[in-house]
This record gives sequence, C-alpha cells and structure tokens, in this order.
Amino acid sequence: MVRDLVAERVEAQREREAARARTPLQLAWRQLTRYKLALAGAAVLVILYSGMLVAEFLAPYALDFSDRNLFYAPPVGVHIVDAQGHWHLRPFVYAYRLVDPGLRIYGPDTARPYDVHVFVRGFPYRFLGLVPTDIHFLGVDPPARLFLLGSDQFGRDLFSRMLYGSRVSLLIGILVVVVEFPIGMILGGIAGYFGGLRDNIIMRSVEVLAAFPTFYLLLTLASVLPPTLTSAGRLFMISAVFSLVGWGGLARVIRGLILSIRELEFVLSARAAGLKDGKVITRHILPITSSYVIVAATLTIPGVILGESGLSYLGLGVQEPSTSWGLLLAQAQDIEALTRHPWLLIPGFMIVLTVLAYNFLGDGVRDALDPRQRST
Amino acid sequence: MIRYIVRRLILLGPLLIGISFVSWAAIQLTSRWTGDYFQALVLQYPQISPQTIAALRTRFGMDQPLWIQYFRWLWNIVHLDFGLSFAYQVPVTWLIGSRALNTLLLSLSSFIVAWVLAIPLGIYSAVRQYSFMDGLLSASAFVAISVPSFFSALLLLYAAFWTHLVPLQGLTSVDFDFLPWWRQGLDIAWHLILPTIALGVFSVGGLMRYMRTNLLDVLRADYVKTARAKGLAERVVILKHAVRNAINPLVTLFGFELGGLLSGAAFVENVLGYPGLGRLILEAVLKKDVFVVMGSLLLGSVLLILGNLTADILLAYVDPRIRYD
Repeated sequence: MVRDLVAERVEAQREREAARARTPLQLAWRQLTRYKLALAGAAVLVILYSGMLVAEFLAPYALDFSDRNLFYAPPVGVHIVDAQGHWHLRPFVYAYRLVDPGLRIYGPDTARPYDVHVFVRGFPYRFLGLVPTDIHFLGVDPPARLFLLGSDQFGRDLFSRMLYGSRVSLLIGILVVVVEFPIGMILGGIAGYFGGLRDNIIMRSVEVLAAFPTFYLLLTLASVLPPTLTSAGRLFMISAVFSLVGWGGLARVIRGLILSIRELEFVLSARAAGLKDGKVITRHILPITSSYVIVAATLTIPGVILGESGLSYLGLGVQEPSTSWGLLLAQAQDIEALTRHPWLLIPGFMIVLTVLAYNFLGDGVRDALDPRQRST
Repeated sequence: MIRYIVRRLILLGPLLIGISFVSWAAIQLTSRWTGDYFQALVLQYPQISPQTIAALRTRFGMDQPLWIQYFRWLWNIVHLDFGLSFAYQVPVTWLIGSRALNTLLLSLSSFIVAWVLAIPLGIYSAVRQYSFMDGLLSASAFVAISVPSFFSALLLLYAAFWTHLVPLQGLTSVDFDFLPWWRQGLDIAWHLILPTIALGVFSVGGLMRYMRTNLLDVLRADYVKTARAKGLAERVVILKHAVRNAINPLVTLFGFELGGLLSGAAFVENVLGYPGLGRLILEAVLKKDVFVVMGSLLLGSVLLILGNLTADILLAYVDPRIRYD
C-alpha cells in the first residue's frame, strides 16, 4: 500500500520533470500549433507551393498558348444543368459565342455541351521537371475553351498563366532570403565581432544604403538590368537587387546581437581554446541568433513578394513572355480594360492571399520562437 | 543632445556624396547597357541629324568624360543648380518643385486620415482585447498590410468607375482654371478623396496594431493598477494614464513618415494618374532623364535622413530615459 503510494509519487515526479525538460524547439512547436491563424497560413502556403510545383499538370493550357479569336473572354461557366433543363453526370462547359463583335461581348453557345475531362492529353511537359508526359488535370475539346478565370488581351488563359506566374511570385521571396541572409549575417557578424575599422566600413555602407528611399533605389537598380538577360537570369538579378537593398537592416541587427553575445563565457572559452575567428563566428555566435533570423526570414518573404509584384507591375520586373502575378496585373493598368474585364484583377487577390498567409505564419513563428518580441 | 544633432548633421555631408556617387554609377551603367536618352531619341525620331544630337549632348555636358560630368554636376549642386531635364528642357528644381507640392498634399491628407482612424481604433481594440470587434479589427489590419498599394488603388478605381461617386484620375477638373478660388479648393479636395483612401486607409492597419500592442503593454503596468485602485473612473485611467504613455513610441513613426512623404505615394500616383513626384521619377527612370533621377534621389535621401533624425530627437524629447551621447 505504502509502496504503491511511493511509486505513484515517483511516477508523478518523473512526469513533471519530463514536462519541464522539453527542448526549446518542442516548446516553440507547441506554441506555434496553438496559434490557429499561423496554422491556417501554413496550410495555404503548402497548397500554393504544391500547385506551383505541378503547375503544368494543373494548367489546362501552355504558357505560350493563345486563341487570338477569344481575347478578353470572361470566365467560362462550368455547368451541370444544360439549357434544356437536363442534368448531366459530368460537369460541362459551352463554347464561346461572340454576341457583340463591336464591344467584344461573349455569350455561351448553348447548342452543344462540352464535357470537362479529367486527366486529358494536352501539350507535352516534364512532370516535376523530370518525368516527360502530356497528361493534364482538366481539359475540354476544342472549339470550347476551359478559360476558368477568363482570358487576356491576346486570348491567353488567365488561370494557366497565374499558375506559371506563381513560380516567380512564390520563389522570389525564398530566393532573396537565400542570397540576402548569408550576406547580412556574415557582414553583421564581422562588424560586431571584430569592431574597429571593419565595423566602421560595414556600418557606414549600411548607413548610405539606408539613406536611400527604398522604392527609388529598387527602381533605379532594376532599370540597370540589361534587356538581353534570359528570364531565369533576370529573376536571379532581381533577387540580387532586393538583397542588395535589404542586407543592411539585417546586418545592423545581427551586429547588435553579436556585440552582447561575444562577451559571453562560452565564446571566450572557444577563443581561449584557440579556435579561429571565422569558426568562432559561424559555429558559436551565429547559431545563437537563429531564432531572430528565422523570424526575420518569414517576415522578409512577404515584403519581397509585394516588392516584386510592384516592380513587375511597373514593367521593371520579370518580362514577357514569362510572367508573374504583378506582371499579369499590369494588364489592368488600362482603365477601360480594368472596368470592362474585371477578372484581370484576380492575380492581385492571389498576392494578397500569399502575403497574408506569410504574415500570419510569421506572426505565429515570432510568438513561438521569440517570446520577448511577442505582439500580443 | 545638441552635440548629437550637430554630429549627425556633419555626417550628412559625406553621406550625401556617397549617395550621389552610387546613384550616378547606377544610372551610368543603365545608359551603358541599354542606351541613354539621346540614343532612344534617335530610335524614336530617325530624322534627327547626328549634328543635332551632338549639339544636344554638348548642351547637357554629356560629351565630357564621365568623371568630369560627375564633378561638374556635384559642383553645380553646391550652387543649388540641379541641371536641366532632357525630356522637359526645364530646370530640375522647377520640375520637382511643381510636383513635390502635389505629393506633399496627398501625403499629408492620407497621413491625417491614417492617424485619425488608427489611434482610436487601436485604443478600442486594446481596451476590448479578445472581444469580437478586436478580432475583426486585427484581421482587417492584417489584410490591409497584405495588399500592395497599387492593387488597392486598382480596386478603388474599379469601384469608383461603377459608382460614379468620385473622379477617377488627376488632381483637377478640366475647367479648373476658370473656377473661383473656393471652387478650386473644393475641386482639389474632391479629386483627393480616391488617392487618400488608397494611401491612408490602407496604412491604418500597421499603425493600429502598433498602437494596440503599446497600449496593452502599458495597461499591464503598475501605475495603471494604482490609478484603478485609487478609484479613478475607467475612462480617466485609459485616456489620461495609459494612452498618453502608449502614444510616445508612435512619435518616432511620425519622423519615419516624414522621410517617406515624397516617395511613399509613387504607386498610387501611377495608378490614379496623380501628377506627383513619384510618377515624375518613374517616368524619368524609364526615359533615363539622368538629372531628374539624380536630383529626386538626392532630395528623397535628404528627407529620409532628416526624418530619421527628427524621429530620434522626438523620441528623446518625449521619453526622458533616452539619452544620446
């Protein structure tokens, strides 16, 4: 009896210790999963990025496909009940019929329904960039067109182009973080760790950069890019421009963090043990800043996505024929096109959705990793 | 404090030289790779003779070696001469001056709208923390900071076109010059509504959340507990004790906004056809109108630096704990 009681006590004690002995990462994870909006943001991002990976599979039409007779066609209606009131088992669409050639008003040609096929053969591509195939998720037989979100001024499918454009819009943020953060961390690390002349040179350059109005600097630098670049090269150069503009702020914060970290005992002991400066910085000091860096990264990405969409909207970002959400929105610049063909605005909602998801996720990650900065 | 300000102002000199050099280098690279303004002119009007182009180049000093061009430009800046615009053939100072006033007007009106909306909403949100309205306001704030400013302008443009409530583009009506002065004022105010909403209302989000966070921090403080304990009305506790302290850090934002006054509106100006500085600079960059770009970059930078300095000074003024030495 007594022994049972003791065993119970011991068990309870062990449980309490186990609870206390959670690693910081486990604690952070628990905190993050409590914040439902952050989870929702993460879920949206997973869906968007998966869609981006299999863009060719999901897109009914190729990047360069255009039907010159069907420019500014409105989103096609997907029906299950036809004009005669019959129910269909398969969803179907009607072909477009030009009702008013002067005003370019389209109506459905209800003479014949065209079934929406699943897993149809279309233009050839490589699935995930590896497996050559020509199977697509959805499609209809011509002359009907599956313009789910309408078409643009050249009769190109907006839905397909949004899928292809998501590759630029979604990747550029990550690309910038990959380029900018090593630069900012290493230069900030050097400035904070060594101090003196190196600190002065680095921090004065940061000040010059910070003194530029960011938008004008981006504009000027983006206009420097030669027009002969390939689209991949251009994407990379634009991320380089964003990184060039953005590393300063990161370097300044990292320097501030390192000024206090470098005085801690374990750093002194590492130096006393004869470790080289470079290794002390990369192995012992920079890892301490990781929680700040992760938070900064999740909040940098949406900013870059907004910036790229702005540049592309002005025609200084990615160039035709490749595309991005910002560039797709540039077609709505013309006030007549905008007011008569409002579906051209849809890519903008994708930008808002993505940035919102990142902001929620970033907010949650900050709460989880950096309780001092918690935004309540 | 005075020493700190003087030191910052002395540093301004080298900083400006650095800025001017970077922007000069950038724009020279552009011209090298994609052709300068005059080459574009020849492409557009092939009938212009090479002699005319050469004469134009000489007129703008573009026939000199690069470093001479740079130092000549720098020397003229010291005399407050920012050169001539290629495209408009007028002094850059005049061009910027005529546009800067419009941008200033838009920035100020949206600034006022943003603050007048954000502060009460932030206070309300913090006082009713975790209520339904707080959740709604926070969610809207998140959406507002996630909308690119050109997209909010496009959406408003679309709404305005179909409702016919407010004018769509520009700052003045066609018959502006023939109106009496008070109708001119009304006309401008009427045209300002759309850009002000696009710029002001959508910047409420960040400001409101900032106010909310600050106030929540303050409401946990001991002196708020004391104020309540001695029996003050809740209204007095919030408005007189808490809000006054919570609003202090926002003063720094005021300085930063000053820095962004002239550059923050570029996208909205572009979409809504507003005759402001942002559009001028965008066009100048695209046309490679070198002196306009350089002049406005320099002006924007000076404003930004002065804005940051103002932020620092204001913060030290409202918060005696902060010292710069």
